[in-house]
Amino acid sequence: MKLIMCAGPPTSGKTTVLRQVMRRLLKKGRRLAYLKIDVQFADEDELFRSEFGIPARKVYSGELCPDHASVLVLGDAVKWAQKENADLVVETAGLCLRCAPYITGSLGIVVLEATSGMNLPRKIGAMLSLADIAVVTKIDLVSQAEREVFRANVTDAAPLEVVEVDALRGIGIDRLVRRIERAEDIGMPLMLKGSPPVSVCTICAGKRDIGSEHHFGVLRTLDSDLFYRGE
Amino acid sequence: MDIRKITILGGYGRSGARELVDQVDLKMGDLLSVVGPTGSGKTALINDIGLFANEDTPSKRRILINDTSPSEDFLDDPAKNPIALITQHTGFLSDMRVSNFLDIHARVRKSANPDSVVSDVLDFANQLTGEPIIVDGAMTELSGGQSRALLIADAVIIGNSPIILLDEIENAGINLTRALELLHNYEKIFIFVTHDPRITLSSDYRIVMKGGAMQDAITTSPEEKRIGEKVTHMDRAIISLRNQISSGERMLEKDFRAVMESNWLA
Repeated sequence: MKLIMCAGPPTSGKTTVLRQVMRRLLKKGRRLAYLKIDVQFADEDELFRSEFGIPARKVYSGELCPDHASVLVLGDAVKWAQKENADLVVETAGLCLRCAPYITGSLGIVVLEATSGMNLPRKIGAMLSLADIAVVTKIDLVSQAEREVFRANVTDAAPLEVVEVDALRGIGIDRLVRRIERAEDIGMPLMLKGSPPVSVCTICAGKRDIGSEHHFGVLRTLDSDLFYRGE
Repeated sequence: MDIRKITILGGYGRSGARELVDQVDLKMGDLLSVVGPTGSGKTALINDIGLFANEDTPSKRRILINDTSPSEDFLDDPAKNPIALITQHTGFLSDMRVSNFLDIHARVRKSANPDSVVSDVLDFANQLTGEPIIVDGAMTELSGGQSRALLIADAVIIGNSPIILLDEIENAGINLTRALELLHNYEKIFIFVTHDPRITLSSDYRIVMKGGAMQDAITTSPEEKRIGEKVTHMDRAIISLRNQISSGERMLEKDFRAVMESNWLA
């Protein structure tokens, strides 16, 4: 199965991009499952379930950082998608910009808006540099010259493939779909691509194994509330 | 890449019916205008061209360069993009100085003369503006007219693209007559989206848009070209009046008659 992980600042257009992408992938006969990881509110799971009739779930990270919540629940979520015989599309909020949610073997997509200011690519660190593709949205709102300078600022910060889209009108989406179709299947064990900043919890201390069973401290599974494991 | 020709293959209008014009071919040096009421799909047509539409935009049009589908390099590397698109944006969001922005854009487009490019662009742009653009000023502080003038100069000098698309430059508060004179010095394919009869009647052809579709393609007749020249005189009269008022002068009937006689009835 493929694991598609989509991150990006709030309001950058992640959901609109994924909606266009998933509509095209489903039309081509791919089976997809969708997981949204957000802090305190999300209704995209209902949107994707009702619009496409696919298995869709959400997880609120609440007290946890969303990237930590992703590490803890993704082991279960991959099994869930495998049981559904589907590729898994994960959309995450990724708010603190110190770590990045991408997993080895996944296709990491960072969504940035062309209107977000020329320094944004340098501000978001691993969310950009560990991604495989940068999708630049809202290209209809800036001039061609400004779009090209923004693109240069993205590739100067991290030498990535860049796809420019107007996701509302579906422009540029076909190229992204072709890239996703070329993505490899994931293999075990699942590991985070990058090390989170050093801190006190097992994830922050650099234990990158995916799945709550590998961690100590305040944890959760896909289905449980927070619980504590340790001394 | 040597661009000889660009082709627009018709798609569908908003009603879902096929466009009446099913093919438009433009060769180097051609001037095309795109006309039609607001909302008729003019901007969507040039956006299709700028994005090298390949049945992947709402209109399902296709764009061919030299009779073949353009390579994806055009989208991946701005230095290879043969099209400069001047959109209707009259402001920049980039928090940068003008010189810095132009330097980066010249690098991205692999401009031929990186040392002189900033001054060349400003020399061009400042012929079109009222108040000049300052090289160390902030992009975000440019006026609407200055922004459009800078974009036009950027497209011609930094973009150095053989195909230039201009969306309603008459709305920009720039010196349009001067802009047209400067642009006509370049051997390129120009496509103007416009409501302005001067631009339309000085073009070689015009596409008439309706309901999101290309409705008709009209070749400008010699008679229309003669009318176009008269319209340019009318415009000079209007500009002369505008300049008098802008500079704080009071209008007198005898001045007005003089302006009209020297321009309008020429």
